[in-house]
Amino acid sequence: MNLLKLSWKNLTYKPLSMLLSIVLFALGVGLISLLLLLQNQLEQNFEKNLAGVDLVVGAKGSPLQLILCSMYHIDAPTGNISLKEARPFLNPNHPFIKQAIPLSLGDTQKGYRIVGTTQAILGLYNAKIGTGKIWEHNFEVTIGANVAKEIGMKIGDEFKSSHGFTEDENLKHEDAKAFKVVGILKPTGSVIDQLILTTTQSFWLVHEHEEEHEGEEAHAEKGHHEEGEHHEEGEHHEDEPEAELTAIPKPLLEESDSAEITSLLIQFKGRNFQALNMQRNINDNTDMQAATPAIEINRLYSLMDTGEQALRALAVVIIFVSGLSVFISLYNSLKERKYELALMRVMGAGPAGLFFLIILEGIILAIIGFTIGIALSHLGMQMLAGVMKDAYRYSFSGWQFLPQEWFLLIGALVIGFIAAVIPAIQASRTGISETLTQG
Amino acid sequence: MLATKRLKFNYTPNEELTFPDITCKAGEHWLLLGQSGSGKTTLLHLLAGLRTPKLGAVMVGDTIINELPSGQLDRFRGKNIGIIFQQSHFVRSLNVLENLTLAQRLAGLKMDFPRVSAILKQLNVHHKLHAKPEELSVGEQQRVAIARAILNQPALILADEPTSALDDTNTEQVIQLLKEQATAVNAILMIVTHDNRLKTQFEKQISL
Repeated sequence: MNLLKLSWKNLTYKPLSMLLSIVLFALGVGLISLLLLLQNQLEQNFEKNLAGVDLVVGAKGSPLQLILCSMYHIDAPTGNISLKEARPFLNPNHPFIKQAIPLSLGDTQKGYRIVGTTQAILGLYNAKIGTGKIWEHNFEVTIGANVAKEIGMKIGDEFKSSHGFTEDENLKHEDAKAFKVVGILKPTGSVIDQLILTTTQSFWLVHEHEEEHEGEEAHAEKGHHEEGEHHEEGEHHEDEPEAELTAIPKPLLEESDSAEITSLLIQFKGRNFQALNMQRNINDNTDMQAATPAIEINRLYSLMDTGEQALRALAVVIIFVSGLSVFISLYNSLKERKYELALMRVMGAGPAGLFFLIILEGIILAIIGFTIGIALSHLGMQMLAGVMKDAYRYSFSGWQFLPQEWFLLIGALVIGFIAAVIPAIQASRTGISETLTQG
Repeated sequence: MLATKRLKFNYTPNEELTFPDITCKAGEHWLLLGQSGSGKTTLLHLLAGLRTPKLGAVMVGDTIINELPSGQLDRFRGKNIGIIFQQSHFVRSLNVLENLTLAQRLAGLKMDFPRVSAILKQLNVHHKLHAKPEELSVGEQQRVAIARAILNQPALILADEPTSALDDTNTEQVIQLLKEQATAVNAILMIVTHDNRLKTQFEKQISL
């Protein structure tokens, strides 16, 4: 029967009186821990996918939207840009640009985005082919590791893409040629794991019939195809030769001016003055906009930060109240326990023994509250991870532990100690004779 | 051995209690008699080191206990002095066995289950080993309190009005029990009482 065990027995003797303290402690710790986990994993996901892209060029609109769409594949495009406008950036002899990767977006297969692009995108994310081969011909696709895993796509599978970013059977490009899976990438941990990659020209071929069908308006209307747009027929291109459809496409530079892409991911040769000026030139002098991923992501962080700070302040208040609750429970229990505290001194505990007994009770409460809080936050994170995965295809996990959680533990212990210290001093001053003769 | 010298104590500055010197040898059984308010409980608390005298000394064995700092005094008391209070107090969250092993631990001794078990058997409360204090009858509580007082084989056993709530038969039993147990560990037994029924049972008496 040592002090630790005695503290434990005392706490479990009247569990209800300590319940409120523990629940409050767990809520406060859990909330802070959940915020830490969420922030950490969001930043991890965002930073991992910056992929050395210096500038994203796309249609005018919200720069954050352009970045979220082109870099993180979670928002809708701002519109399309014509190849005529994009052509200067695609020039391999451009003095400042190391490489520019075109993206065509707007179609999905079972919620996973199909991206019309060039093979250079693989280098951006250090993606390596796992099985099969890299797409080369039109209507060949190479899929990310998550796509293969989550919707069970295999090499040789064929599918018809669906228009827009929602899963809707009615929006399938039924009359277009089916895509064929020719390769699966190794997992990279980046956004490319959840993409279906093909040639830019495949995108055009799928959408060609729409433009024919919708006539001049579609040509005049700048911008990407809105979700929910109807396109019933496609008999126009039944006579298109199969050979042209599956050919190895020409380099983009040789394609016609009127063709459209969604955006360009640009890497500079060096961060010199002209390169940095390019963004302003594009924004001021063209119909396109240019956005810097790092800046936009920081803007997003600062948006989230406001909410996070409010929640964190709430958590701190809850923890403070829980500390107060520990203090009050212990202080009240002293009154009921004054005889046994005096008795313990009679039996040899000494003032120090009583002090430690009460401190231990405060610290045990803190540890229980902390443990429950951490468990709750990780369970919560795991549940959130499921939701986020369904919504954004990004992987979050509840089973990732952070070094900050150790600081949280130290903080919890300190609060448990502080809450217990006044009752503990009070207990250590228990006068034996005075207490026992009051009887 | 237990000895006091020129012991004085005061609750308020102008109301001083002076106690006669006492000398008791190991194994002796004493009765401390006095009317209510005569200061007998105060003397008992002084002997137990629960209060500090204003003047004088209390010696238990070779130790002047009123000179020990409070932590050491607690430890010394736990090991060397067993006390039975008028009302029995226990740690409410612990059962009988745990209350007794706590007394061993707090005195700085090792836990000794066989000894706890043997004493509870002698006192006829062994069947309550795992009962919580609140589940015991008053008589059982008193016997467990006696068990706790003699558990660490103290040199001095102090009992404060152990029979005030008991009828004649039970009084007889409890006094027998205390005497037996004190003899078993060769301790000084000092019973503080105003109960005149006990006068015939003790040769050595102090009156306040």
